[in-house]
Amino acid sequence: MTRFLVRRLLSAVLTLFAVSVLSFLMFFGLPKDPVSGMCPKNCNAERLERVREELGLRDPLPEQYANYMKGIVTGRDLGSSQGGRCDAPCLGYSYVNSEAVTDTLARVLPVTLSIVIPAAVLWLVLGVGLGIISALRRGTALDRLAIGFSLAGASLQLYFVGAVLLLIFTYNLRITPVPSYTSIFDNPLKWASGLVLAWVALAFLFSAIYARLSRAQMLETLSEDFVRTARAKGLAKPAVYGRHALRAAITPVVTIAGLDVGSALGGTVITETTFGIQGLGRTAVDAVKAGDLPTIMATVLISAVFIVVANIVVDLLYAAIDPRVRLR
Amino acid sequence: MSLSPVEGAARAEIEPAADPVTPEEKSIVGRSPGQLAWARLRRDRTATVSGVVLVIVIVLALAAPLVSKLYGVGPDEQFSDRLDGNGMPLGYVGGITGDHWFGLEPRLGRDIFIRMIYGMRTSLFIAFAAALVTTAIGVVAGILAGFLGGIVDTVISWITDVALALPFLIFALAVVPTASLRFYGPREEVPPAFQVAVLIVIFAVFGWTSTARLVRGQVISLREREFVEAARASGAGLGHMLFRQLLPNLWAPILVAFSLAVPQYITGEAALSFLGIGILEPTADFGRMIFQSIPYLQTDPAYVFFPGVTIFILVLAFNLLGDALRDALDPKSSR
Repeated sequence: MTRFLVRRLLSAVLTLFAVSVLSFLMFFGLPKDPVSGMCPKNCNAERLERVREELGLRDPLPEQYANYMKGIVTGRDLGSSQGGRCDAPCLGYSYVNSEAVTDTLARVLPVTLSIVIPAAVLWLVLGVGLGIISALRRGTALDRLAIGFSLAGASLQLYFVGAVLLLIFTYNLRITPVPSYTSIFDNPLKWASGLVLAWVALAFLFSAIYARLSRAQMLETLSEDFVRTARAKGLAKPAVYGRHALRAAITPVVTIAGLDVGSALGGTVITETTFGIQGLGRTAVDAVKAGDLPTIMATVLISAVFIVVANIVVDLLYAAIDPRVRLR
Repeated sequence: MSLSPVEGAARAEIEPAADPVTPEEKSIVGRSPGQLAWARLRRDRTATVSGVVLVIVIVLALAAPLVSKLYGVGPDEQFSDRLDGNGMPLGYVGGITGDHWFGLEPRLGRDIFIRMIYGMRTSLFIAFAAALVTTAIGVVAGILAGFLGGIVDTVISWITDVALALPFLIFALAVVPTASLRFYGPREEVPPAFQVAVLIVIFAVFGWTSTARLVRGQVISLREREFVEAARASGAGLGHMLFRQLLPNLWAPILVAFSLAVPQYITGEAALSFLGIGILEPTADFGRMIFQSIPYLQTDPAYVFFPGVTIFILVLAFNLLGDALRDALDPKSSR
């Protein structure tokens, strides 16, 4: 188990390294002069030169990369116009936002977390629950209703559902306020009411996918021999379904859930755009459009971290759910 | 003589049909697994309906210029005289008339029906091309990783992990304008063919991983089977083993993955348009049309309705067909 974990962690670090190198090459290779986006408005040639100097853009790429990485681990000194000393984890300074990138992240990360985590809880409970119930009640009206729901949800798009929800609940019925973000610690009620439409939209589309998947998995498991054996030896239905079948059926669902939650945490670009909420995804899009290199790098890296960590969590969950995995 | 399990499964299914009591030879009809799957698919009503819908849509899209001629309206024709002072179409339900079946676009006054037909051609071409390329790359990578194992497997799986960890939308957002700038100056007009090619390449780079994972898993479970051992024992080369022995057993999952990938790319392309990096005006594009219509949800619901419902039906039909294919191709299927 420890060996497995160590190997897994090593490969995660290697993956993150590759992602950082790839995105560094890619975004610093943009033809747009990186400085033009970073320099505050109306700056002359002399100031542009100074910014270039401060950012170290004239150093060779490997050196720039090494400096950037060193900043994350130990912190580094930036020029005075970039706020001087930048403590670890230093992700650089954004001239576009006129603040350290870590400050930007600290501001937008809670927004994305507030959208994704409640939505993920909703879609997992709803989707998996619906899928399993409809598998157990196969062929009934409830099952058919669930299939219809999941097919409809799997064929709809978020920007469409979001726009319809906004029109109905915010503009016509005026039940929900215009979506916005308030910190949960300031006003939990306002936090929830401002994000509820985003949760509903995300949960509807995702739970449809999970209902389909878990229904199919559960049906397949129920036809396995071990389920029949468990029933034949006199085990009660709840024990067979809950303890034996569910465990086997849920593993592929966990894999997909890990990936989905991981990548959603890295920025729900479409959701944030549809509802006009400034989270990690929207920040990344704005940064790419403005050529704001430090912010782009930071957002790409952090979303890669989320995905990689989610993958490791999935592997650990696997070991907890399926005892055979522990032998590896 | 082949020991391939595909044929074995097919035979197993034929044998119970042959009545052992009556030794009439003609009652036994030998059918290939493909024929069996096709027969099952034809019996499936959902599959038939969604298949017919898809064929109609694809034929309409391919024959776009012909449809335009019969319909009497071109994709770029503007009917400004039919718009009011605010640029909204005159008449009811978004300006539906005998000449304009789905009404007119607000502001530009183009015919929605014919824009949709032309747009579908662009979107379906991108989606099919992207699905073909990703499936091809994914199958080759997956077969190699699964069959060879060891270092090849480690490297390919690791590349898959890296590709999965890269945020697709952000990279697409960075790559598309960069690529157009590299090949065409900032003032030059970027030809539609180039925009289409860039999108397909982007989808290919990010999309092959799921097929590769799927195929790898399948190959690992097939690798130890007797028919592979038999082929190896009789001195088969690597190419024969991969493409003559393994690939025929993989067609079912590959076909299903392909049919489920196409709608993903249709909606993916729409999502890219949503962020402003899809196919540019004036080329008709279905994905862009949907995102352009959304601000009119309140003022001109018909403009949102027709493209929205069409993409819903299209994606639904692909999903249903994919599910039906999975059932039909699965020899264990109870249906």
